[in-house]
Amino acid sequence: MAYSDKVLDHYENPRNVGSLDKNDPHVGTGMVGAPACGDVMKLMIKVNDSGIIEDAKFKTYGCGSAIASSSLVTEWLKGKTVDEAYEIKNSAIAEELALPPVKIHCSVLAEDAIKAAVADIKAKQLAAKEAV
Amino acid sequence: MERKPIYLDYSATTPVDPRVAEKMIPYLTEHFGNPASRSHTYGWTAEKAVENARDEVAKLVGADSREIVWTSGATESNNLAIKGAAHFYAASKGKHLITIATEHKAVIDVVRELERQGFEATFIEPEPDGLVDLAKFNAAIRPDTVLASVMLVNNEIGVIQDIESIGKICRENNVIFHVDAAQATGKVKIDLETLPVDLMSFSAHKTYGPKGIGALYVRRKPRIRIEAQMHGGGHERGMRSGTLPTHQIVGMGEAFRIAREEMELENARIRKLRDRLLAGLQTIEETYVNGDLARRVPHNLNISFNYVEGESLIMAVKDIAVSSGSACTSASLEPSYVLRALGRSDELAHSSIRFSLGRFTTEADVDYTIELMKSKIGKLRELSPLWEMFKDGIDISKVQWAAH
Repeated sequence: MAYSDKVLDHYENPRNVGSLDKNDPHVGTGMVGAPACGDVMKLMIKVNDSGIIEDAKFKTYGCGSAIASSSLVTEWLKGKTVDEAYEIKNSAIAEELALPPVKIHCSVLAEDAIKAAVADIKAKQLAAKEAV
Repeated sequence: MERKPIYLDYSATTPVDPRVAEKMIPYLTEHFGNPASRSHTYGWTAEKAVENARDEVAKLVGADSREIVWTSGATESNNLAIKGAAHFYAASKGKHLITIATEHKAVIDVVRELERQGFEATFIEPEPDGLVDLAKFNAAIRPDTVLASVMLVNNEIGVIQDIESIGKICRENNVIFHVDAAQATGKVKIDLETLPVDLMSFSAHKTYGPKGIGALYVRRKPRIRIEAQMHGGGHERGMRSGTLPTHQIVGMGEAFRIAREEMELENARIRKLRDRLLAGLQTIEETYVNGDLARRVPHNLNISFNYVEGESLIMAVKDIAVSSGSACTSASLEPSYVLRALGRSDELAHSSIRFSLGRFTTEADVDYTIELMKSKIGKLRELSPLWEMFKDGIDISKVQWAAH
């Protein structure tokens, strides 16, 4: 299968690989996919008190396109507000990486991972408020 | 210039041995005669070369040269043997066939075609080690079983079936026994004088001969009859018409002669290399060898790397030429049906690699491969959330995954 140069670049040199402290109240985690389907993405974002994403890390079990999609979104997320992050669309990821039609699901999964991480941090913030 | 990947895919095909190529060339240019031409020296020279090659093929497998029929390769041999015998004996013996779920497609799809033509078939599932349980084989035989087909050496996992015992069961039950030996020549000793086998398929290009030539062994005592699948000039005693490709046949003969003379030394050398590769790869955690290790040709190592996804693994090992347990089709990644038949999970089947070593593999090739695999598997696992969970002691099979 032929990959675009951008996919190959992210696959060879993935950005922001790793994990953040999942118990940190400023960290939101999104884990999507399933091993049997061939893709699992874990995305973690660290959000400061102004609602800006300061850091993003990922780990992905999946094909080159899945690795590239998640690597790319960690770059995009940094500096964005949580609400801006929520607006990132899979079509933008697919376009940036020139994904072929059979690999569009990788970009969908990356969008799902962002939404799951954002939902997690919002739930944490809500729980913190209620606790006060 | 970029350096070529190290070739570790000898089970897919082998290079033609330079000694073989050298022997073939004069039969393309100088001795170009048609071996069926009976009236001049061009034909006689070609015929003599064809018969010498037939002797060499017969000698490697303990057969009489009159039992060897030239074909275009093992796929044609399998078609000719299975369809030819099934059709010839259907009326007298019946229309039931037995084969194994892990056979090559060139057997499975022939049996499937016969099913469409009104035959019935039993596909026996092998044990988790890849070998056929003899009791299960025995139980599959019916009064109307006409033919059974079992491969000698599996192409993916390299396991060696107990052809002698299976053949005995076939003899006791008056079932014709076909064996696909495409992956076996030069690797396993074959003696058809003692083996209870009626039909056996061979290929040249898996044994350092040219592509496009193969042979079918058809037993004379007791005589096995087959219906021709290719009709024409009545070559090969009517079993397979078509002008004989003299240069290809000469190549196969020379390749099989070399195999007979050198296999013992060569197999010992390759076994050492394979064991070195195995020892090196087993220093990587969570690796699983697919198929029995003892009853296996020394050339094959099929191994799964857990928590690494198949397609990214293929991308990672582009500096070596190997085969993967995933067939990359345009739309999806299909795990190997052979590994699935052994009961491997889809994930482990996807993350498997078949390393097959051969005549020109060196110790340096093996050492390079070990280091490459260590570093690439390490990198992919560092990326893998599943590996992280495994390391944290989480049982991944018990995690509730969101469907998508």
